[in-house]
Amino acid sequence: MLQISMFIALILLTLAVAGCMYRVLRGPSMADRITALDTVGVNIIAIIVVLSMMLDTQAYLEVMLLVGILAFLGTVAFAKYIERGVVIEHEQEDRDDIDDSDDR
Amino acid sequence: MNKKTEMISMIQMIGEPIIAILIVIGAVLSVLSAFGIIRFPDVYLRAHAATKSATLGVLCVLLGGFLFFWVFDGYPSMRILLGIVFVFITAPVAGHLNARAAYRTGVPLWKLAKDELKPALKKKGIDREKAEKEPLN
Repeated sequence: MLQISMFIALILLTLAVAGCMYRVLRGPSMADRITALDTVGVNIIAIIVVLSMMLDTQAYLEVMLLVGILAFLGTVAFAKYIERGVVIEHEQEDRDDIDDSDDR
Repeated sequence: MNKKTEMISMIQMIGEPIIAILIVIGAVLSVLSAFGIIRFPDVYLRAHAATKSATLGVLCVLLGGFLFFWVFDGYPSMRILLGIVFVFITAPVAGHLNARAAYRTGVPLWKLAKDELKPALKKKGIDREKAEKEPLN
């Protein structure tokens, strides 16, 4: 029963990733694509855990943590980039940006 | 000794359906969130689907994995616990940053009676109307 449910879960999670990839390819705005890519990363975490349960090993769990951290960092960097045009903002440049706000 | 192995096999027998149900529920929630990401009309509504139900689904799957390794290996896997905490903390933060970036770069809203954030942002020097006219993408 556990094996069957793991198979079902793998198939469903793959379907979820495929649905998110549709939004990544199609999405009208950049923020749509970033949201869908973040969800793809979160689903990949679940896929790795189900896979490591199926193979009955704990060897893949580091990959799960790594994918989670990379997906989060990528999402934050992308969001900052489309909001400001820069990833790391400095205090001085920030105030200039607000003053004449046409280089955004 | 005999009693102990009997108890372990009983725990495995009880744990198996619980783990199976947790995994399947998590996968179904993930599919529902993907359906919401495809069908909702707006970035902000899509962020709702992507952040809430996807997080809950993945947390169910990870909890199933945690119980699986606890029941069948005999000791809990701290890495899965760390993954649960990490997903639980980072997914709402990422969703919030996305929605904020989308609003400030002028992604159009679906239906809105009154936008109270726009004048408040204009007071701070961020002009959304200008961003709406020339979208980034």
